[in-house]
Amino acid sequence: MRLLSPIKDHLSERRIFLGRVILTSVFGVILLGIVVARLVQLQVFDYEHFAERSLGNRIRIEAVPPIRGLVFDRQGRVLAENLPAYQLELIPEQVADIDATLERLVRLELIEASEIPRIKQLSESGPRFKPVALNPRLDDEQIARFAIQRPRFPGVDFRPRLVRHYPQGEYIAHAVGYVGALSTADLEKLDPSRYAGTTQTGKTGIENSYESLLHGDSGFQHIVTNARGRRVPAESRDLQDTLPADEHPTPGENLYLSIDLDLQALATEKLAGRRGAVVAIDPWSGEILTLVSAPAFDPNLFAVGMSQSQFSALQHDLNRPLFNRAVRGTYPPGSTIKPMLAVAALETGATNLERRTVCYGFFMLPNTTHRYRDWKPEGHGPVDIHDAIEQSCDVYFYEISNDIGIDRMHDYLSLFGLGNETGIDVVGERPGLVPSTEWKRNAFRNRADQRWFQGETVIASIGQGFMLATPLQLATATAALATRGIRFQPHIVAAWEDPLTGERTLASPVRLDDIELSDATNWDTVIDAMNAVMQGPRGTARAVGSGAPYRMAGKSGTAQVFSVGQDEEYDEEEIEERLKDHALFVAFAPVDNPQIAVAVIVENGSSGSGVAAPIARAIMDRYLGYDDAAD
Amino acid sequence: MRLTETQRLVTGKAAPLSDFARALRRLHLDGPLLGGLLLICAFGLIVLYSAVGENMRLWFNQVIRLGVALVAMLVAAQFSPDFLRRWTPWAYLGGLVLLALVLITGEVGQGAQRWLDLGIRFQPSEIMKLAVPMMAAWYLHDRQIPPRFSQILIIALIIIAPTVLIARQPDLGTALLIAASGVIVIVLAGLPIRFMVALGVLSVPGAYALWNFMKEYQKQRVMTLLNPDSDPLGAGYNIIQSKIAIGSGGLFGKGWTNGSQAQLEFLPERDTDFIFAVMGEELGLLGVLTLLTLYMFVVARGLYIAIQAHSTYARLLAGSISLTFFVYVFVNTAMVTGLVPVVGVPLPLVSFGGTSMVTLMAGFGILMSIHSHRKLLPQ
Repeated sequence: MRLLSPIKDHLSERRIFLGRVILTSVFGVILLGIVVARLVQLQVFDYEHFAERSLGNRIRIEAVPPIRGLVFDRQGRVLAENLPAYQLELIPEQVADIDATLERLVRLELIEASEIPRIKQLSESGPRFKPVALNPRLDDEQIARFAIQRPRFPGVDFRPRLVRHYPQGEYIAHAVGYVGALSTADLEKLDPSRYAGTTQTGKTGIENSYESLLHGDSGFQHIVTNARGRRVPAESRDLQDTLPADEHPTPGENLYLSIDLDLQALATEKLAGRRGAVVAIDPWSGEILTLVSAPAFDPNLFAVGMSQSQFSALQHDLNRPLFNRAVRGTYPPGSTIKPMLAVAALETGATNLERRTVCYGFFMLPNTTHRYRDWKPEGHGPVDIHDAIEQSCDVYFYEISNDIGIDRMHDYLSLFGLGNETGIDVVGERPGLVPSTEWKRNAFRNRADQRWFQGETVIASIGQGFMLATPLQLATATAALATRGIRFQPHIVAAWEDPLTGERTLASPVRLDDIELSDATNWDTVIDAMNAVMQGPRGTARAVGSGAPYRMAGKSGTAQVFSVGQDEEYDEEEIEERLKDHALFVAFAPVDNPQIAVAVIVENGSSGSGVAAPIARAIMDRYLGYDDAAD
Repeated sequence: MRLTETQRLVTGKAAPLSDFARALRRLHLDGPLLGGLLLICAFGLIVLYSAVGENMRLWFNQVIRLGVALVAMLVAAQFSPDFLRRWTPWAYLGGLVLLALVLITGEVGQGAQRWLDLGIRFQPSEIMKLAVPMMAAWYLHDRQIPPRFSQILIIALIIIAPTVLIARQPDLGTALLIAASGVIVIVLAGLPIRFMVALGVLSVPGAYALWNFMKEYQKQRVMTLLNPDSDPLGAGYNIIQSKIAIGSGGLFGKGWTNGSQAQLEFLPERDTDFIFAVMGEELGLLGVLTLLTLYMFVVARGLYIAIQAHSTYARLLAGSISLTFFVYVFVNTAMVTGLVPVVGVPLPLVSFGGTSMVTLMAGFGILMSIHSHRKLLPQ
């Protein structure tokens, strides 16, 4: 201690110090009081507010997509199901070097190099813990290859998910359609609450038209998440006890189609290598038995997802495999409309059973020199209405065409459903066209074009000119002939079933307006003639119908192809092929108790009776149970 | 005069001198203070076990640190106050040199240079937590109390030099706490009331100067305090989540290890600066009031020791250590409940982390040394 230090007054120092301790203590107690008051405010007065916020903090609602309904054929065979597919995924936050990882995956041929920019973009945009799909479906070999290398790829793994699968592939491509990835455009049309969590939606066929039945309703579950939104594993039960009730998804309804898979397969095989369509229908209910458009495609490509190059190949294929010819293809119906015109002619008195014409192979309108040729250059000789249908004599129909008149032709063909949508439960069908004077007035701008010419009536009588019909329309019109005027709206879905209760709802046939004739024997006349086409001595398709154990009725047609689309490119051989006539055939059987009506079209098939008729016969044989006899 | 049980415990007057008490005295330890500290540590370890997500390895780590801190306390208690006083200027100067070294060579940790690697990594600012009040008390020891104006200026220099060095690291929280420990010495030494009032008035332009001195993230913290909901996912997130945790705890809490805010990581820095919120959520108002009571007991015992101390140096140092401890508790709890800006002050003896706990315990060792080295002469 320094000697020079002043003498300290210890008593006063202690007094000052004690005073300051008391002062600071009071100040401290005030500060402590503020903290305690704050705690009481938070934990007592605002408790409910914060308790609620803490609950909202950790609970997230997650959508659970429903299981899409299955699709069966009329015999209960699966046409569309949901199978687990293994998807390769990457969790961005667990991957140290995304570029290097992707590059190594490309070298293992697990992803395509062209996908890298898309994957990188996705992995940088979403939450870091959310998996990014690298490859929607690994095949078995890829799974094996990856399984070996898995330890070298932290943050990359495969995960099963349900993917639509069509075990029958292209047999049912155009009838059932396909599902594809849900696009933003789809979401605008759909109820977002039903589709929360859904990744696919029906794009074509009944997958599209029955989307609302097949899809079901999304459910939701409450999950406990941590601050980064990651799900907390189920072991932390004590944190999950207070969760509100979940809502289970409602699975979509199962559909039972009237389609017969055997007929689909048969028609597909018969059309192999050709462009064309086959539609078969149960005339007494409107149930579609087969609906095939060739060439087809593998709908699984759409369900799983395909590369841009695969899609582009399908889209630009000159044979247009994605085009549903059965409901969207419109063709000149050719002679297949002759039975219906015969009904019109008999009903309107344009002809009768006695009227005969001598066919010299051509026809000329009065006071003109233009020759309308028969398909048979040497002519059919004397023919009546029966012979005209049996032998498909064009001249007979040329002669009576202007007696019927184009407008009455239009009226009768319309009764059979031509020129209008059939109302089938497949989206996108075309109405075709049955011309009339009124139609022509409205269809053309130019005044000169608006006039109807007699010559146009002449060629309309053999289904050429402006007239267009879809294979589906020809099938339903043939069905109306088979039932002698009783018509049903065609439909593919026969029933649907609630997968939870097993309760089935049958689609009731929709009966359309009957075709009522003033003389019902006119049906017999026409049907007899159609029978003769296939089983008469001079029938155009007698080669196809002969030897059958049942009676069948049919009518061939050959439609001229007038032009090839100007923007399409073909080589010379191709042009020659594509200028050949379309081959058509309509038929029903058995004649006395019709159970099936068929329409077949083979593009550029040249001969209706030669190419299309055998297909129709095969379909009828198979359906009626005579297929062993056919061979 | 009859004493209540608590008074008896605080003053230690009526405690019979048992074998245990004799052993404590021989080790220069103070029974009531040690008991209070151990209770706080035990409580802290229980809460920490939940706050580190029941991670046994981390928890055991903390137990070991606590052991080291208790050893530091025991060692500090053995030095007599006179010895400490003699060595005070050297400790202070050494601390200043190390702080300067940190600024030149220090390692970067969490965007700030605080660590110095001398075989073991440590923060020189920890030395200053004790060296600054010791230096201020040393200066006032052989001077007349209350200090004159010129003396106050010299103490101000003693405080400001390390404060500026630490603030430059930058570690504003620690700098302010160290400044506070020095200021407390002057206040206890009888700083005239008019000075304090004047300081209060001057704090307005001072706060403005400080605002300009602050880094962007520090300004952000102040702005966030004023309106945390303006940026709920950014700077305001910590305060909002902390308030939700404490508020949702209610009176009795959600139960130990069952706090959803803490366990699901909504609460940031749950095992360090925001551990008080974990306690509030899981143990409720009852739990936090229990802890605050324990803290206040320790502060009260420390102030009692200060009043009983025999020298100016011992008195001022003991008072400063006790009140600085209170400031730590207040700043942390006020920060976590959203009363003051988030300044990064751990909850003493409870938050995860070693260095600050060792310093704290060494401080309490000094308190015990002051109490146990009294020359028991009649007054």
